[in-house]
Amino acid sequence: MKGRSIALAGALLIVIAIASVAIWHLIAPRTTSPQTTKEASINGAGATFPFPLYDRWISEYCKARPNVKINYQPIGSGGGIRAHIEKTVHFAASDAPLSEEQFQRAPGTLHVPMTIGGVVVVYNLPDAPRGLDFTGEVLAKIFLGEVKRWSDPAIVALNPGARLPDEEIVVVHRSDSSGTTYVFTDYLSTVSREWEERVGRGVAVKWPAPRAIGAKGNDGVAATVQQTPYSIGYVELAYAMKTGMPYGRLMNAAGEYVEPSIESVKKAVEYAAVELPRGNESWSNVSIVRSLARSTQARGAYPIVSFSYIMVYKELSTLPGMDEATARALVDFLWWCVHEGQNYAAELYYVPLPSRVVRLNEDTLKMITFNGQKVLRS
Amino acid sequence: MVADVAGQTKTTHLFYQPLLIKRRPRALMTGDKIFKVFTTSVALIVVLVVGLMAYYLYLGSRPSIERFGAGFIVGTKWDPVKGVFGALPVILGTLTTSAMALLIALPLSLGVALALSEYMPKRFSNVFSFLVELLAAVPSVVYGLWGLYVLMPFLREVVYPPIRSSLGFLPLFSGPIYGGGVLTASLLLAIMITPIMSAIMRDLFALTPSTLKEAAIALGAIKWEAVKLMISYARSGIIAATILGLGRAIGEAMAVTMVIGNKFQLLPSSLFDAWYTMAAILANEFIESIDELHISALINVGLLLLVINLIVLICARLIVWHYLKVVGGIMRE
Repeated sequence: MKGRSIALAGALLIVIAIASVAIWHLIAPRTTSPQTTKEASINGAGATFPFPLYDRWISEYCKARPNVKINYQPIGSGGGIRAHIEKTVHFAASDAPLSEEQFQRAPGTLHVPMTIGGVVVVYNLPDAPRGLDFTGEVLAKIFLGEVKRWSDPAIVALNPGARLPDEEIVVVHRSDSSGTTYVFTDYLSTVSREWEERVGRGVAVKWPAPRAIGAKGNDGVAATVQQTPYSIGYVELAYAMKTGMPYGRLMNAAGEYVEPSIESVKKAVEYAAVELPRGNESWSNVSIVRSLARSTQARGAYPIVSFSYIMVYKELSTLPGMDEATARALVDFLWWCVHEGQNYAAELYYVPLPSRVVRLNEDTLKMITFNGQKVLRS
Repeated sequence: MVADVAGQTKTTHLFYQPLLIKRRPRALMTGDKIFKVFTTSVALIVVLVVGLMAYYLYLGSRPSIERFGAGFIVGTKWDPVKGVFGALPVILGTLTTSAMALLIALPLSLGVALALSEYMPKRFSNVFSFLVELLAAVPSVVYGLWGLYVLMPFLREVVYPPIRSSLGFLPLFSGPIYGGGVLTASLLLAIMITPIMSAIMRDLFALTPSTLKEAAIALGAIKWEAVKLMISYARSGIIAATILGLGRAIGEAMAVTMVIGNKFQLLPSSLFDAWYTMAAILANEFIESIDELHISALINVGLLLLVINLIVLICARLIVWHYLKVVGGIMRE
């Protein structure tokens, strides 16, 4: 009796499974078959950092073009890169370029830097001045836990006259994997040999300071720093500006203290853009932070800066479910983002691309083909 | 005429009642069978889902298992840059915070449930029950934000300093106060699981037969003794509620990660120090990670979380069962 009903239940399950597979097969071809109308639906996924900007771009772009639907899912840079390699999206976004090995696995990838982020050092010192000065080495020592107190001679020497309390420093870092952490640790690794050897660069690292707490997201770090007296942390430029919390000035390779701002970040990219590769080459070694650390001429350039990228394939017909109308719409959208879209950046506290990078992106987008035919004709 | 016919049939039916009784069970049996097959298949789906989940978690964590083996469970380092991963600190963090949360929440929710069902006037208890159920439905990220912006500063400014100055000689209550940390996370978890636990327990007490209580009081028992009898009667339900709460505490990610401080260390220096849990490290590092081994190690943590949840739930069932048997006493089989 019992055995029979279990067997029956199993049979029912199998029937349900077969039925659902059959139904899926009936429905599936309809959704992937090329559309006869000129409607285009574009799918993208990836980084969370540029999501507010991309979201704005998509809504502004689609407002004027009701036959184009664009869907962007902020699943994270890692997920974006995976989706790009597996060709499950039409475009992918990531705060980091493809590594050499990933670039081999996704041949024909084009990198299009879309916007720029800057990382700002924020702190919470009751009745201490705003705009404390830091050098990269001192910052690395603080985050290594070697400079333990605000009254440490290393900090005092950089800020003569500032009232620095004799309190222990609490280091606040991102607990989640993030492009922000990558850029910040890239900077610390570039300016400090010890940091590079003990910690290194990555989206998540092993934080060595004994008095360190991790907070989730830029908003989490901002909130934790604001709440924790004598703490220091790092956030995206946008969060430092929106919250109005005190932030530090950083010394650049030209030997001057630079305040983080949209202008100083844009200036940094202008200097670094000289050595950028072409869109169809590997970008794995691109680091604005590292090229700024070398350029002693980069006056007024803020040193902790990075791109956020969109990645597409050069030959779009290799993507499953891609048709010519969609390919056209995708390239048109990216072209719009690189030009008109940049006007929306500043109000959302993103840094617009300097003209040299815009021209580089124009060349990159002109390379895109569909079945061997150039998508953009100009 | 129709009425007449109907009347006739009725009488006939009444007349041949023995026949009807004989036919009824057979008619029921077909429906019974269908229902049985249906419920069994639904139950099998649950097993299937858990099995598939474990299988895919295993597939995803293969690179990590091949690289670290059992060393992953006892490893104490987590360095994504150098590719070294070990999960012991987060395992300990998960077990400690959920155990502490349960320790706080169990008496609390028993008290809330008893107050609602036994001690409060009906008018108030209805309002309060509604509020408790409302709290059980609040999403965890809201608890997390409340923990971060309200509970954390309050504990740091008001609660923790006197605790440290009076109990500071104990290593558990010494050291720097950040606001967040092990104790804050446990308290927040306790606050989060109390509503669901007390809502279930209140329903259980409402369902205990009033004759039980009346009989006890008639025999000369005071109210507390009658209540003890009720607790003992509702024992298995209390276990179920506790396990539900524990499961939620072990798996809670968003709220914990917002207040625990997310520090990967084997043991915190005190209850005020920051720590980490398995669910929190998953919530933190999974999204933006790129490196294959790193992702695989995180999926491995997910697999361990599933296994540990299973073990803990079994143990919890045994412990709570035993504990309530001892305390309840009266209704022991």
